[in-house]
Amino acid sequence: MNNQLLIISSLFIPIFGIIFILFFKKHSNLREVSTLITSVALIYCIYSLLPQVLDGLRPELELLRITNNLILHFHVEPLGMLFACIASFLWLINSIYSIGYMRANNEKNQTRFYVFFALAIASTIGIAFSANLFTLFIFYEFLTLSTYPLVTHKGSEKVKRAGRVYLGVLLTTSICLFLPAIIWTYSLTGSIEFTNNGIFNRSHQPLIIVSLLLIFAYGIGKAALMPIHYWLPSAMVAPTPVSALLHAVAVVKAGVFSIVKIVIYIFSPTLLSEVTSVNFLLYLSGITIIFASIIALRSDNLKRRLAYSTISQLSYVILATALLASISIMGAILHILAHAFGKITLFFAAGSIYTATKKTEVSQLNGIGRAMPWTMLAFAVGSLSMIGIPPTAGFLSKWFILQGAIDIQSWFAISVIVISTLLNAAYFLPIIYVAFFRDPDTKDGYLYNEAPILIVLTVLSTALVSIILFFFPQIPIELISLLIGEGL
Amino acid sequence: MSFLSSFNYWAVIILMMIGFYIIIANNNLLKKIIGINIFQTSIFIMFISMGKVVDGTAPILNEINTLYSSPLPHVLILTAIVVGISTTALGLAIIIRIHSAFGTIDDDVLKKEME
Amino acid sequence: MISSNLPALQVVLPLLAAPLCIILHNRKLTWILTITTCITCFVISCSLLNRVLIENTITYSMGGWLAPWGIEYYIDKLTAYMLLIISAVATLVSIGAKESIENEIASDRIYLFYTTFLLNLTGLLGVIITGDAFNLFVFIEIASLSSYAIISLGKDKRSLYSAFKYLIFGTIGASFILISVGLLYAVTGTLNISDLSQQLAHTENSATITTAFVFFIIGIGIKAAIFPLHLWLPDAYTHSPSIVSTFLAGTTTKVFIYVLIRFIYSLYGYEYSFYLESFNYLLMIVACGAIVYGSILAIKQDSIKRLLAYSSISQIGYMILGLALITELGLAACLTNMFNHAFIKTGLFLAVAVIIYYYQSDSIKQLSGMAKTSPLIFILFLISGLSIIGVPLTSGFISKWYLIKASIDAGYWFFVLVIVFSSVLAIIYIGRIIESAYFKSEENRILIYDENRKTPYLLFFSLLIFTFINIYFGIETTLNVDIAMQISSDLINK
Repeated sequence: MNNQLLIISSLFIPIFGIIFILFFKKHSNLREVSTLITSVALIYCIYSLLPQVLDGLRPELELLRITNNLILHFHVEPLGMLFACIASFLWLINSIYSIGYMRANNEKNQTRFYVFFALAIASTIGIAFSANLFTLFIFYEFLTLSTYPLVTHKGSEKVKRAGRVYLGVLLTTSICLFLPAIIWTYSLTGSIEFTNNGIFNRSHQPLIIVSLLLIFAYGIGKAALMPIHYWLPSAMVAPTPVSALLHAVAVVKAGVFSIVKIVIYIFSPTLLSEVTSVNFLLYLSGITIIFASIIALRSDNLKRRLAYSTISQLSYVILATALLASISIMGAILHILAHAFGKITLFFAAGSIYTATKKTEVSQLNGIGRAMPWTMLAFAVGSLSMIGIPPTAGFLSKWFILQGAIDIQSWFAISVIVISTLLNAAYFLPIIYVAFFRDPDTKDGYLYNEAPILIVLTVLSTALVSIILFFFPQIPIELISLLIGEGL
Repeated sequence: MSFLSSFNYWAVIILMMIGFYIIIANNNLLKKIIGINIFQTSIFIMFISMGKVVDGTAPILNEINTLYSSPLPHVLILTAIVVGISTTALGLAIIIRIHSAFGTIDDDVLKKEME
Repeated sequence: MISSNLPALQVVLPLLAAPLCIILHNRKLTWILTITTCITCFVISCSLLNRVLIENTITYSMGGWLAPWGIEYYIDKLTAYMLLIISAVATLVSIGAKESIENEIASDRIYLFYTTFLLNLTGLLGVIITGDAFNLFVFIEIASLSSYAIISLGKDKRSLYSAFKYLIFGTIGASFILISVGLLYAVTGTLNISDLSQQLAHTENSATITTAFVFFIIGIGIKAAIFPLHLWLPDAYTHSPSIVSTFLAGTTTKVFIYVLIRFIYSLYGYEYSFYLESFNYLLMIVACGAIVYGSILAIKQDSIKRLLAYSSISQIGYMILGLALITELGLAACLTNMFNHAFIKTGLFLAVAVIIYYYQSDSIKQLSGMAKTSPLIFILFLISGLSIIGVPLTSGFISKWYLIKASIDAGYWFFVLVIVFSSVLAIIYIGRIIESAYFKSEENRILIYDENRKTPYLLFFSLLIFTFINIYFGIETTLNVDIAMQISSDLINK
């Protein structure tokens, strides 16, 4: 297949899958099979693009020319390629997990669930391959809208309120800040295409560049920079596979991905490093990391703790990007990857615990490791990756980030990383400790068994990938080096 | 002097304000229609008096008179009068139906009925 | 022969068809006559647009009396653009009208609906096409009188009072326009708009000219429901039969904004209109007021029709804002918004018409869980709703994009905030409807879906077309944006 066809099919395969999912809505087995086949087909398309991108090709596709400047334009560059690989691969895993989870918990409206899930993935691929801010914005909004029915899946009053917060924050920030920032950029430079070395140059006032960057950083609400992070914890009402989608596969990843992409291709790190006041992004993300970690430490609800952990991990990416050293940007992108696999493992494990025991609080987990050893083993691997302990992928990314911070001697960044690593350890290790080494509460003893086999297998597989990535990080690193070679 | 030379405009303005006042201040829908009529009449007078040329006669072509009043405003006003009458007729028709539907044509009562 | 008389036919056809409806009296025949007339008008307006794009302007002297003595029909790109919008909306609405009308208007009055509908169309097309100031007044009155009558046709008795209120406001507005025309005639001695603009350019500015301008602005402000002169609009849209609100919402206000553009840009010339009295600042304030006020009030409504009416007030604010910027892009944004909004708002009102057809109510609370029973209506409403918010790939986005771009280029950052703020409010008011329809909450629900009703295929058909248009013009913008750009550069660089 030629490249343009591959790009088109990557975008439309999920949409195509929806038709089948809807068609088989009465036959749940066939419906699930069509989801799986769709995701495998998507992986095939995306991964056939990978070798070409590694060879230095940059496939492009102009889908629609709305006006002379508003073009639906796709462009596969290393960063987007990596993101698309993560998203499509995790969709497959997540689908398998969803089948186990949704059936075990007897969730209603499962067809709707799979339909919107596929839509969300299509939007994510659109974000990954976008070649200009307009295309990015469109798919960014689609992602918000298509995940809304997923977040509000249960339909209760509480869920409705949470859905309102979710939609309200994400749409408000994107329309109030992101869109005006795009139009302002267009007005200043006459272009909104992602370009190597950026579209801004030294003729633009530093003050304008700094304020634009600030507007972008907050306009992309999905990146959950404090104080607009609170949509993420409130979206915890969703079923676990959806939380995994939000935290690992698509939504928050799309947020930080967009910020990294904008920093690299719109502003260019070289230009930004000449503007000293750009440090604000460093401080904002540093503060977010510390505060989110402290809140995570204090919350007893497992999913809530994971949510705040996500907020702090996202800011790692922003912090690393804001350091503007090429090695730290490498770390930032690697961290997107490492966090994706680590966090999805943790969420899968939390969902597995919920499915088997209906427990949601950390304090109820005493001795759970004896009843569910595999799940908790995977949880342990995920936690290690979050903290950054070898042999997990999290170690690699943190290593690069720290190296970047040391290179440019940013003591603020170094201390933030050190403190937050300690905090991470403080809120993850006790869970593992009580799960394995403390006696279970007497009243419910060893009544529990492992969750359904599909769930356990997927949890283990993502944990395994976290470890594999530690030993074999060549392909992602090669992609990122390509990016750094071109863009910086 | 200036007052007298443009006294037709003063008449127009006074009539217009009377009409306007009735529309705003009166609760009876029928009287509002009367107000509208007075209001429109003032405009007709403005047009007609505008066409008058001092010492001009009716615009009939003959050899004695060379100075005519402009006939065009008069013609326009004929149309405007027709429009005004249609408005009045429609307004009255609606009032009749309001009366049979609500049993009143008092503005305040109707406003309460609307909620 | 026919092709040279197209401008006259555009207006004369519906005018002749209207009394024919009374003669025919039969429900079905009148409906067919109406559709045929509307389609013919649409075809005529297409061919006029086609000609104007080549020839730039067409003038047509009524009865062979040459301007400035006779009545002249004057067609430039702007005129043809507006004719196209109005006749297209009329055609699509009239196709769907039958089913909804039989549900909402007493059966012995249905032929009167078509009569007044055609008369209203005559008036609107006439207002657009005429090149004579007094003739403009006459057409305004034809359009207005028929709309008072058509609003009062509904079974809901409150429509009578709304119609009366509209009649009072409308007549005052029209009279103000008449005064303005009279004063202009007194100064220049002509009524032809092109002639007037030439005469005014050579006349020294006087109090009379300014007075005429002020009277005109207030009169048109009432007619176009420009905040704070919009008081008649919410009631008129809420209580009238759904198809009537659909048609009025899509056409009336836009036509009067067109008249405003004509007077400001063609007749007075924007140098006079704006720079002399800093009038554009007044318009900007008014526009911002309209945008914010309309959106905020829309949030508080329970009746969807009323909500949409307030949303219209805020959209009118967008149009006024665009034309007050006095830049090519700003005026183009205004025109694009007129085009897009005509279809978006009509689509939304038409969706409400279908909802009322099935549920006999348009209350947000009572419609909870509607998405389950009628998913198609829900999806169509959702798409138009997203368009009103300005989500990309819908036509609403295009108009907002240009308006924001125009504001930034002109250096008015404040307006960006206003537009963005009102978009957020739009999310809230559309979101309320969507949320209530999407989630079922049994306790609120009083109404039951009437399954036995015959499916209104035609209504669905025209609703589908409106939705299609909403998406199509969000993707392919050569027709609306490009022509709007040409028009605005013609008007500004005249």
